[in-house]
Amino acid sequence: MKFLTKSVLAAAFLAGSGAQVWGADEVVNVYNWSDYIDESILEDFQKETGIEVVYDVFDSNDILETKLLAGGTGYDVVVPSGAFLARQVQAGVFQPLDKSKLSNMKNMWDVITQRTAVFDPDNAYSINYMWGTTGIGYNVKKVAERMPDAPVDSWKLIFDPEILSKFADCGVFMLDASDEMVPAALNYIGEDPDSNDPKVIAKAEAVLMAVRPYIQKFHSSEYINALANGDICIAVGWSGDVLQARDRAAEADNGVEVNYSTPVEGALMWFDQMAIPKDAPHAENAHKFIDFIMRPDVMAKASNYVYFANGNLASQELLDEDVIGDTAIYPTEAALKTLYIKNPYPPKVQRKVTRLWTKMKSSQ
Amino acid sequence: MSQKPREGKRSQVEYLDARSGEGTAGALEELHKQLLLLPPYRWLCSAIAGSGISPRGLLISTPYIWLLLFFLAPFLIVLKISFSEYAISQPPYTALFELVDDIYVQIKLNLENYQLLFEDDLYWRAYLNSVKIAGISTILTLMVGYPLAYGMTRAPQRWRLALLMLVILPFWTSFLIRVYAWIGILKKEGLLNLLLINLGIIDQPLTIMNTDTAVYIGIIYSYLPFMVLPLYASLEKMDDTLLEAAADLGSRPIKTFWQITFRLSLPGVIAGCFLVFIPALGEFVIPDLLGGSGTLMIGKTLWAEFFSNRDWPLSSAVAVVLLLILVIPIVAFQKLQEKDKAA
Repeated sequence: MKFLTKSVLAAAFLAGSGAQVWGADEVVNVYNWSDYIDESILEDFQKETGIEVVYDVFDSNDILETKLLAGGTGYDVVVPSGAFLARQVQAGVFQPLDKSKLSNMKNMWDVITQRTAVFDPDNAYSINYMWGTTGIGYNVKKVAERMPDAPVDSWKLIFDPEILSKFADCGVFMLDASDEMVPAALNYIGEDPDSNDPKVIAKAEAVLMAVRPYIQKFHSSEYINALANGDICIAVGWSGDVLQARDRAAEADNGVEVNYSTPVEGALMWFDQMAIPKDAPHAENAHKFIDFIMRPDVMAKASNYVYFANGNLASQELLDEDVIGDTAIYPTEAALKTLYIKNPYPPKVQRKVTRLWTKMKSSQ
Repeated sequence: MSQKPREGKRSQVEYLDARSGEGTAGALEELHKQLLLLPPYRWLCSAIAGSGISPRGLLISTPYIWLLLFFLAPFLIVLKISFSEYAISQPPYTALFELVDDIYVQIKLNLENYQLLFEDDLYWRAYLNSVKIAGISTILTLMVGYPLAYGMTRAPQRWRLALLMLVILPFWTSFLIRVYAWIGILKKEGLLNLLLINLGIIDQPLTIMNTDTAVYIGIIYSYLPFMVLPLYASLEKMDDTLLEAAADLGSRPIKTFWQITFRLSLPGVIAGCFLVFIPALGEFVIPDLLGGSGTLMIGKTLWAEFFSNRDWPLSSAVAVVLLLILVIPIVAFQKLQEKDKAA
């Protein structure tokens, strides 16, 4: 009876903190993006090490950051994106990685680690899990019907009001992410997408306002289904998500053909990084998990499953041809040079950007 | 003429109140005995035994302790955060109190958040729009709910319980799922448009989804039971002989309805309106799922401040002001009622 009361109390406490099993040592609590791993990887890890993986998912950086800043999440491994990671590192949320425990660090790809060092100097707190671009997903047939010579490989398709207006009746979605769309608009008009200057940022407003009437919805995940079902013509979205929509449509064999393009003007390159919170209850196991993920065969398995590029050079020879050979996933050397990254906005500027975004969205 | 029966009713109620007052002490004693069977209560009683607090006092103060713990304490925490400053740290705001030289407590109040609320018209527009949407939906819910509740009380006695169950039944499904279901009904290729087109009423699908209209529909649907239940409770208690008396005295049905039925149901109307208006004002889920990107409501603004801007102090200030907006009319209303009673 006493035991029962105790466990009920413990359960109530855990439910409150939103975390998992604490007591047992052989556990690692992982908090990753939804639909972002081949689940057999987790089973393999457990078989090999005897450590149970308690896997939980989120679908927005904002939710993850709010939990991390509140503290006491109980998670051992979390996966924030670059700019978010940078701010969280500054806030002192993470513990530095003990690289002596990460023997597979040598497999990482310097092309990626050089870039992630912008967010996490020396990659002291994180390793790259996946990376990708923010570009254009479109319904090949419907776009061609409305405009045979549509510039599908250019931001003109989105930011030129005259062109976008042709697709308004068919449905245009845009990511509800101001810190990705404002840089994209700035990049389109030839300004520095990474600018924190309020005067430069203000210029993005006019660009976005001009196309606002033709955008049906701002949302960061609904476009996957909408594209796959053929409900919409165009969506500004994340590479892997659009490719997922492409595969879903192909599987459903519903006559919908979805394509992804990285615009020639350049696109945002983002990185999802694995890190260990300072208050992680099983930091030792977290290191083991991260080291396991960095094994070439494991990383290749993950990429082959989710259709995102990874930051692991040694894994590349193990990738399927439709992953490594797809320039939408692994851009060509030349295309890679046009990609840009975005540092986190300072708080005051962040408010201006969000304000601009809200104003633009609510004007009709 | 119709004033008289009302007075008769009131004195009857007062009589009942007085009588139940006599029994209060006995009932409390009984409740105390019952509660003693529960270990936590017993421990609490023995813990305070030496402190001069009677178990009866404890029982009476329970609601106050509850309010203190679950309303006042969280509010004070939010209030405290609203006076701090955003910082890149964990938690993401500066400390309000600081110990200087180990003896002085330095308090740093930052009023900037409130200043910003007044300066930036976004917040005011969001507040006003929320009041507008909540107000209109409350009136519409009343217009839908009143005939429903009235019909229920007029139904034969044996049906009433079943009808009441039907009103409560939707609560057995998750609120979120019910709101999601409306997406399937209201969207362009949704059930409603399909039905209207097949009936030949319209030939172009209506755009309801992602507009304010969809938000109104969502709020009215979700909060209807909160309106119907208090209305039903007050209408059911009504003395039917009053209506007969009014008819005997030559009052027309419409006049009788306004002067007797509606007036006697006023407490129910007011309770129902508060139960709908207050949650609708801060509603987040319905405008987020059914409303368009252009639907500006304070709940969504609060969410954006908290999650997108990560500005806990500012979003706390928004929440405090929201609470004030809600508390002022409630207090004013109570004062008005007290005056009414005194008169």
